[in-house]
Amino acid sequence: MELLDIIKPENKVFCKTEAMTDTCLSYCPGCGHGTAHNLAMEVVAEMGIIQDTIGVAPVGCSVLAYDFMNIDMTQAAHGRAPAVATAISRLWPEKYVFTYQGDGDLAAIGTAETIHACNRGENIVIIFVNNGIYGMTGGQMAPTTLKGMKSSTSPFGRQEEITGAPIKMTELVANLPGVYYATRQAVHTHKHARKAKKALKKAFENTRLHKGISFIEIVSNCNSGWKMTPTESNIWMEENMFAYYPLGDIKVNGKLK
Amino acid sequence: MSELKLMKGNEALAEATIRAGADAYFGYPITPQSEVIEYLMAEQPEKRTGMIVLQAESELAAINMVYGAASTGKKVMTSSSSPGMSLKLEGVSYLAGAELPSVIVNVARGGPGLGTIQPSQADYFQAVKGGGHGDYKLYVLAPASVQEMSDFVEDAFDIAFKYKAPVLILSDGLIGQMMEKVELRPQKARRTNEELIADEGTWACTGKTPDRERNIVTSLDLQSEKLEERVHRLYAKYAQMECEDLRYEMVNCEDAEYVMVAYGSSARIALKAMELAREKGLKVGLLRPITLFPFPKKQLFDLADQVKGFLSVELSTGQMVEDVRLSVEHKVPVEHFGRTGGIIHTPEEILEALEQKIINNGTVRHHKTREQSIL
Repeated sequence: MELLDIIKPENKVFCKTEAMTDTCLSYCPGCGHGTAHNLAMEVVAEMGIIQDTIGVAPVGCSVLAYDFMNIDMTQAAHGRAPAVATAISRLWPEKYVFTYQGDGDLAAIGTAETIHACNRGENIVIIFVNNGIYGMTGGQMAPTTLKGMKSSTSPFGRQEEITGAPIKMTELVANLPGVYYATRQAVHTHKHARKAKKALKKAFENTRLHKGISFIEIVSNCNSGWKMTPTESNIWMEENMFAYYPLGDIKVNGKLK
Repeated sequence: MSELKLMKGNEALAEATIRAGADAYFGYPITPQSEVIEYLMAEQPEKRTGMIVLQAESELAAINMVYGAASTGKKVMTSSSSPGMSLKLEGVSYLAGAELPSVIVNVARGGPGLGTIQPSQADYFQAVKGGGHGDYKLYVLAPASVQEMSDFVEDAFDIAFKYKAPVLILSDGLIGQMMEKVELRPQKARRTNEELIADEGTWACTGKTPDRERNIVTSLDLQSEKLEERVHRLYAKYAQMECEDLRYEMVNCEDAEYVMVAYGSSARIALKAMELAREKGLKVGLLRPITLFPFPKKQLFDLADQVKGFLSVELSTGQMVEDVRLSVEHKVPVEHFGRTGGIIHTPEEILEALEQKIINNGTVRHHKTREQSIL
């Protein structure tokens, strides 16, 4: 059979979602951001809400999320995305507003904005990609860097007696009444990605129902920052990150698990 | 219908914000401007016009809420006082970079640091020389009365949307706290979302419809050429502001031999000092910059051919005086007088300074300096 006989619309089983642009992703090969972007945008496209969705990009590796997501987006100052999203959601209550943030953005510099947006129960989705390191600035220690984990600002490994323990943001915010849904997911295998997509779908559904905060943590890898191959980083993530940041739902429909 | 009322400056500003058809106000309490958010909370503008008021967790959050609202083309304001304004400056720089129409109010108090809650004009540099990081300016309006606290709100929104840029109203604790009669402008209707999309749909984040490309609001340009292009675009706007939207007031300058330059609360006190001077037969005038940027550079340059000297009167140790000197280009002496730390100068103090620094000693010292340079 000729190749052109195979490439026909009726044989198509998968295509890129219209909610992603054709721009080549700028992420390192092996990084989970591309998958996380794609899953969120597939949900938006499948729900038919492209024209009702407004995204807020952070500062960090995913600062250029607006280059890849084919929706209206604004780019917030470092850590301030939940405040930016608060105003958009309040002024456009029928829109689906989400932030996409990394661990430095959400759990260090933007902790106050995160906590208070969650506490107010803003009707937004927070997508929190936790890879335990500052990727964009070149591999410095994050608030979520594991104990003993090496980074360029913890070259001998993170010492809890000096820098405190890695912060579990999802457990922290789940205790706030404004948070309706808090879950921790991963995207490094098909199985995990499918689960993460379900969680994202649930989150955007919650927005539709005006339920308040849906907080989706995605534990991901940073092979460049961790100085590993993509495969090694995924194995290391499963053995170490998942041990400290266990996957699964923490709060569902306003109830702690 | 316009309406005559007796109000505090801060309250008049708050009421004017509702009447200007603003969509939202985000703020954080700080003396001496807390009446703005207190008034708005008590007034419940959500019931009157649908305008939203929210007390943020910090000035930082408030300015970033402004950024979010402005990203969608909404008419939005925040206010604070000096220490809070310092916190907001990160967001102000982003607003300028991302070219977002917005109104920021600083009811200034004394600094540096926690300073005092008393009035001050020591935030002039912060207001007109950038304040936040990077190549940008703010259009700055300086109200000198409760009436102007009210009027300048709508004017500020008009400028913000004309240029797609943040606008600062630089007031101080004196104007914010004092009560005067004020003629309130009639209620303007808030734009509907359909009207907003018609006006701002080319750039604002209102949801990507199939008939257009996505709208992106950002201040990031990783390519240097792109950032330079953006900065040049900003500066073209600032040049246009200087041509089209400079505001100032001149009192008794036609025959003046000496001119005082003062804005905001200092202009009111300098006006009284001018009256005292005129009573003594001294030909003194007053130039009041109403916009601090754009600054009345040409007016000062031209006046310098007619007068013997200028006195810049400010509630600071001398900030605007630098711009007066730059404008006058050494044609005649320019001196500064001002109390600081929250102390408000009296008309008598100003007149005394004018006589000592400009009218009498000024010329003598100027002469001495010339002699010294010859020797």
